[in-house]
Amino acid sequence: MKVMAKSRTLYDKIWDNHLIQSENDTSLIYIDRHLVHEVTSPQAFEGLREAGRKVRAPNKTIAVPDHNVATTSDRLTNFGSEEGRIQLETLDKNARDFGIHYYAVDDIRQGIVHIIGPEQGWTLPGMTIVCGDSHTATHGAFGALAHGIGTSEVEHVLATQTLIQQKSKNMKVEVSGELGNGVTAKDITLTIIGKTGTAGGTGHVIEYCGNAIESLSMEGRMTVCNMAIEGGARAGLIAPDQKTLDYVKGRPHSPKGEKWDKAVKFWKTLFSDPDAYFDKEIFLKAEDIAPVVTWGTSPEDVLPITDFVPSPDNFKGSKVEAAKRSLEYMGLRPGQKLQDIEVDAVFIGSCTNGRIEDLREVEKIVKGKKVKSGIRAMVVPGSGLVKKQAEEEGIANSLKEAGFDWRMPGCSMCLAMNPDQLLPEERCAATSNRNFEGRQGRGGRTHLMSPAMAAAAAITGRLTDVRDI
Amino acid sequence: MEKFNILEGIAAPMPLINIDTDMLIPKQFLKTIKRTGLGENLFFEMRYDQNGNEIKDFILNKDHYSKASIIVGGANFGCGSSREHAPWALKDFGIKCIISTSFADIFFNNCFKNGILPIIVSEDLHQILLQDAEMETTSIMKIYLENQKIVRNNGDQLDFEVDEFKKYCLLNGLDDIGLTLKSADKISIFEKEYSDKFSWS
Ligand code: SF4
Repeated sequence: MKVMAKSRTLYDKIWDNHLIQSENDTSLIYIDRHLVHEVTSPQAFEGLREAGRKVRAPNKTIAVPDHNVATTSDRLTNFGSEEGRIQLETLDKNARDFGIHYYAVDDIRQGIVHIIGPEQGWTLPGMTIVCGDSHTATHGAFGALAHGIGTSEVEHVLATQTLIQQKSKNMKVEVSGELGNGVTAKDITLTIIGKTGTAGGTGHVIEYCGNAIESLSMEGRMTVCNMAIEGGARAGLIAPDQKTLDYVKGRPHSPKGEKWDKAVKFWKTLFSDPDAYFDKEIFLKAEDIAPVVTWGTSPEDVLPITDFVPSPDNFKGSKVEAAKRSLEYMGLRPGQKLQDIEVDAVFIGSCTNGRIEDLREVEKIVKGKKVKSGIRAMVVPGSGLVKKQAEEEGIANSLKEAGFDWRMPGCSMCLAMNPDQLLPEERCAATSNRNFEGRQGRGGRTHLMSPAMAAAAAITGRLTDVRDI
Repeated sequence: MEKFNILEGIAAPMPLINIDTDMLIPKQFLKTIKRTGLGENLFFEMRYDQNGNEIKDFILNKDHYSKASIIVGGANFGCGSSREHAPWALKDFGIKCIISTSFADIFFNNCFKNGILPIIVSEDLHQILLQDAEMETTSIMKIYLENQKIVRNNGDQLDFEVDEFKKYCLLNGLDDIGLTLKSADKISIFEKEYSDKFSWS
């Protein structure tokens, strides 16, 4: 027991560093970075105004519009909806009135909040990062404790730079071995959710480890942590290593000179002690992970692409009814070969897979080929800088030549709050993170998969094993 | 948050059980940028017909009750989603107190966060208060939070229970932010030490 008291997990260490006070089970935690977008923040800013309060740490608060922005080139004048326009204008005004960092729609650095945080060097190891958005978990890839909060909490953080919290439990997910051909970070994270279920991580912070995780690029690690929330966990973490340092170094807001050296020294202490205690442990072999797709309306409805649509009878308890409902909504029959399922649309983007590496993967598959005729294929880069880089690398050209619609950055059809939406019964191969009913548009049918798999589907017009391309 | 101590106002009777958050404020109003202004859409589908005209029979559309600040509601009040838009809409309409035999858990807590006092009473008291509310002449009640009393129009005093900590927050107008700001010194001291140690953050 003595050893356990001294040994701490990465989560324990970050928690301890930010603990201001603790009474019974309730703790007050200091927040290093607060990311803000247009949908969940207006009421919080209004609350500040009503109470005559200021933003306590405007230099630690970063705002960007992403959910509602149009992804067409006329987006500075065309807002899609009046409510959307008002939400965007409100963020603009709030950011300026309260003096917080702000990337306006016409700024090349604008993009999905979870893409630009790391891109601009706001996201650093060992930090606490919050945002009124559940996919804040993405930033855990840097060894930062990052999670989503509600609107009342947004206001709380704005006013106090702290959050009232209860400590979560520790969960370890270890993926060891070598990933097979065509298997990506997205397949890892979906496979984990398929195994643990969408409630598997409830009440826990997950630390992802093992050499398969270490082998991933920072982009891949962000994809893994991004979907910790779909596994029920509030946050996912990966211990920082040399790759993390290399990614962070030289970013606009990462430390420089002496501060950098001091930071690196500290960051190297950010790992779970060898004998640290985890309340829950999951082990996966990389060799057992295949390219996967989802077939239902929950992110846990995951199967290898070589498999068949399951029958509700394969399940137990309340999942039987849920599976029946899913299949009906998705318009699928039990026993259908997954690779026979034809798609109408392809969406490549989102905070899960809207980074440069994802677009490179897509280019590899589609270069010199054509999107199957009749298929609506859309690429939405995660940020203006990702877009620019892809254009400079020639990726944009290859994709456009293949027949993809090359869009301006934003959340787009990940949640279809802007005009990018599926039509009823339209079926989409998507690189985003949620396949809920109506998520991509009322009646729309979403199959989640990796960028390479979505690219393959665009070429063949059906769910496809990327290893066959 | 506004302090809550003594409230004198009209109580509207709404004996329907399971009044859910969708009834309180339907989803099309969640796209708003405000937590104010939702009052006009409170009970939207019960309050307006397809053409947007007020439904005369609905209690809160009646002249007298349109000025209500108390609702005597049916059991399991506020069930459904966690949307804070529900208490936001009630508050914006002018409702400051809801009396029922039971509340949905999340809604109950959300009320306190927004300066609304939900009071749980026994079946017997509920019946009495409901009858009072139904008659315009007896529908004016007084709520004394500090003394935990409901005073009927005839002067009868009825006791109610409330969580000490939540009572303290309401009486002092403290929301979570107000409470945390009581530790402002601690935060400042922490912040100073923290930024000395982690100068890059
Ligand atoms: S891309 Fe999708 S999941 Fe990510 S922040 Fe935007 S809406 Fe949320």
